Amino acid sequence: MKRIFTAVPYLWLLVLFLVPFLIVMKISLSDYAISIPPYTPTLDFSGGWQAVRDFFGALDFENYVFLTEDDLYWKAYLSSLKIAIISTILTLLVGFPIAYGMARAPDEWRPALMMLVILPFWTSFLIRVYAWMGILANEGILNQFLLWLGLISEPLTIINTNIAVYIGIVYTYLPFMILPVYASLERMDPSLLEAAEDLGCSRVSAFWNVTVPLARPGVIAGCFLVFIPAVGEFVIPSLLGGSQTLMIGKVLWEEFFSNRDWPVASAVAIILLLILIIPIVLFQRQEQLAREVDQ
Amino acid sequence: MPEADVVEPWNDPGATPLIRIEGVSKRFGEFTAIDDISIDIYGQEFFALLGPSGCGKTTLMRMLAGFETPSDGRITLDGQDMAGVAPNKRHVNMMFQSYALFPHLSVWENIAFGLKRDGRDKGKIAARVDEMLKLTQLEKFARRKPHQISGGQRQRVALARALAKAPKLLLLDEPLGALDKKLRQDTQFELMDIQERTGTTFVIVTHDQEEAMTVASRVAVMDHGQLVQVDTPERIYEQPNSVYVADFIGDVNLIEGRAVVSDNTVELAWAEGRPAIAGQSVGTLANGDAATFAIRPEKIAISRDEPTERNRVQGKILDIGYLGNLSTYHVQLPEGPVITCEVGNRSRVSRRDFTWEDEVWLSWSDTAGLVLGS
Amino acid sequence: MRRMSAFNVVSLTLGFAFLYIPMVILVVYSFNASKLVTVWAGFSTKWYGELIRNEAFLDAAWVTVKVGVLSSTFATVLGTMAAYVMVRRGSFRGRTLFSGMIYAPLVMPEVITGLSLLLLFIAIGLDRGVLTIVLAHTTFSMCYVSVVVSSRLVSFDRSLEEAALDLGCTPFQGFRLVTLPIIAPAVLAGWLLAFTLSLDDLVIASFTAGPSATTLPIKIFSSVRLGVSPEINALSTIIIGLVVSGVIVASLVSKHRIAARSAEERAAID
Repeated sequence: MKRIFTAVPYLWLLVLFLVPFLIVMKISLSDYAISIPPYTPTLDFSGGWQAVRDFFGALDFENYVFLTEDDLYWKAYLSSLKIAIISTILTLLVGFPIAYGMARAPDEWRPALMMLVILPFWTSFLIRVYAWMGILANEGILNQFLLWLGLISEPLTIINTNIAVYIGIVYTYLPFMILPVYASLERMDPSLLEAAEDLGCSRVSAFWNVTVPLARPGVIAGCFLVFIPAVGEFVIPSLLGGSQTLMIGKVLWEEFFSNRDWPVASAVAIILLLILIIPIVLFQRQEQLAREVDQ
Repeated sequence: MPEADVVEPWNDPGATPLIRIEGVSKRFGEFTAIDDISIDIYGQEFFALLGPSGCGKTTLMRMLAGFETPSDGRITLDGQDMAGVAPNKRHVNMMFQSYALFPHLSVWENIAFGLKRDGRDKGKIAARVDEMLKLTQLEKFARRKPHQISGGQRQRVALARALAKAPKLLLLDEPLGALDKKLRQDTQFELMDIQERTGTTFVIVTHDQEEAMTVASRVAVMDHGQLVQVDTPERIYEQPNSVYVADFIGDVNLIEGRAVVSDNTVELAWAEGRPAIAGQSVGTLANGDAATFAIRPEKIAISRDEPTERNRVQGKILDIGYLGNLSTYHVQLPEGPVITCEVGNRSRVSRRDFTWEDEVWLSWSDTAGLVLGS
Repeated sequence: MRRMSAFNVVSLTLGFAFLYIPMVILVVYSFNASKLVTVWAGFSTKWYGELIRNEAFLDAAWVTVKVGVLSSTFATVLGTMAAYVMVRRGSFRGRTLFSGMIYAPLVMPEVITGLSLLLLFIAIGLDRGVLTIVLAHTTFSMCYVSVVVSSRLVSFDRSLEEAALDLGCTPFQGFRLVTLPIIAPAVLAGWLLAFTLSLDDLVIASFTAGPSATTLPIKIFSSVRLGVSPEINALSTIIIGLVVSGVIVASLVSKHRIAARSAEERAAID
């Protein structure tokens, strides 16, 4: 039975995960062509061994060279990383106090608070991003409100800027930050803080010396959970960002759908993965460590 | 002390064992969990595997159930070699330490579970389940789910489920470990009663020596994957073959020294200028060998005046423990050792005979203690 | 009971306000009579009427539900099998690759998953439509299912499965009669997660959908790209309403069951 249970999902993933990935790698080494499919060479086994050799001979790293030459791409990578880092920090700044407040809330409130954090996760991501379009627009609710308060005399331009993208990422990924941070704070024994104060810490230094180190695994997990998907984000920059918002997910999408340059799109994808492998491996190591500490 | 009316198949050279464990070893990588063990277990025995956690007793039981395969050696059940026989094909059932009751099934369905796998007809299954419910006094709870009954009842469901298929051999993994002390004692006698009534061979794994001594016809004491002693509870207690067994089973005083062997007695020289103390010898000891004298606290008498016995020592009372049915005295000898002795409180005495710092004599007969090789 | 400090009360209030106000605004403006989202022109349900008459949306909704049900069902079967193998089967050849392929889609950017699947479908000449979206969604959501199910299997008392074998079950009978009924809540949770992921997905569906099959997120995306529209507000309100009521019902049911169970457990102590 264990053989069947292994074989079925294994085959499925081989065909629908590994093979497609290899195809992307192969196409990233091909050349753009005006044909169907729009790249060359294509592998033709009927040509025998010679055809296979020709096929491999025609593959090259031209697309990767192109990516380094055209500054659009490396600017897009850098800008994606920058946006992801800034929004991760912002998400932590917004999420930590919420998680802390939840962990300090009375026991009977906690399940309800948990549900309030998880609930947005079940509602559509797209709709949550869309909700901000109406709020951040030049004649949107936020500007109307600020004008009414008299804080500003002219509408602020927020939509179609990086600020709108930051807001969108913080908003949609907030639960991913709150939940792990809350999980690590919740496990903390409150008498630890009393012990720290008893031993002469002030409230603030007890927080820095006890709470923060104990929350660290949760904070690190939360940061990775926000950072990794944020780098490749597509929906948020295309709905909230403007033409100057460069994010690699959007570049890849446009390269593929608008320019129909599949080889370059594939090369963009491969480089994006290479960039993400470092944080992913770090994240997995962190999780491994956390599991070992638990045991 | 074999008596005529006690059935002791292990002393009968003509008896055929139900289970033969022959030279069995089990290694997990570098670690040897079971080291070359051979035991014969006879039909209708209540056999206990006793040892501290990590001694290999559970691994040995799991090999009987078929969840582990021996690295070396052979296990036969009723003459059949069990190598390669899957757990679901063995006439062996197991009562799990966690009871492993199926939480989604009622008590009735749990007990019927194994019977249904055999494809018996419904009437027979129902009759057998009802019989089992009656045996374990669970008739009232047949329709409850496991979480709706108490710990003691769960234990009985697990027993009924394992017995329902009338296995040749029933394995019990720490069957009473999850119960509180009072319930455990009642249940021990219930288990013995059920074992006797069904005539099934029971093999129990436990780390609780009292439990093993109470229920078992024979006890195998294990340590670090090896078999130390296999014997009846009385002999394990009275005639331990090693310091390990003497120390593991019950309380014991141990005094180290050198053996003094003469024609037919063995004595232990334990302190300069003190007469040697006598005891029964176990195994062969040569003059001057390192040896340990072992004596149970209840075999030592305590008195204010010097007794006439040859084995006597003098000391000062360090501590007194009053346990209700008996009192324990810790006596410090001037040579160093602290000896524990237990005295039954037969009559209700309000006045204590001895008190702290009293000088007292301890004495025992020549056959009360054992001289064991170290 | 500990008293909460003012700081905690303020941070919780602001935090939840930030999480929920945008959705509340969306819901409120779905009842706005004006086409201009920014001007309140009185209460009206006319956008809901328009939405129901909009056949393109209805078609897309139907495709989305169909894809969701099919892909989450396949994903649940495959993900449960994979979780069982990951937790119960020791080492076997190819285990590293297997676990890598299970966890990689969780961190893979959607654009890459979508692109690679599309290139596969083109390479093997499979026409894009409902089938290709189902295949794509099954592949990425089975990984989420296997994470949910394996976390349940890890805490599962293994002796239950051994007891089933001991009582005469074959391994498959043991799985069907003992393991599966006990992990059923986790399997159901996995199905719901897969279903939600499928309903919600825009990027992978955009790559793998063909002209014959458009899902609701694709439809919504192409419409909101042009700006805020009251019809989409109405649609969002319906979706939010469904999700909120579903989650509330589910949590009430599970709360009730936990309470009933602990009452029974207390009653059982003799």
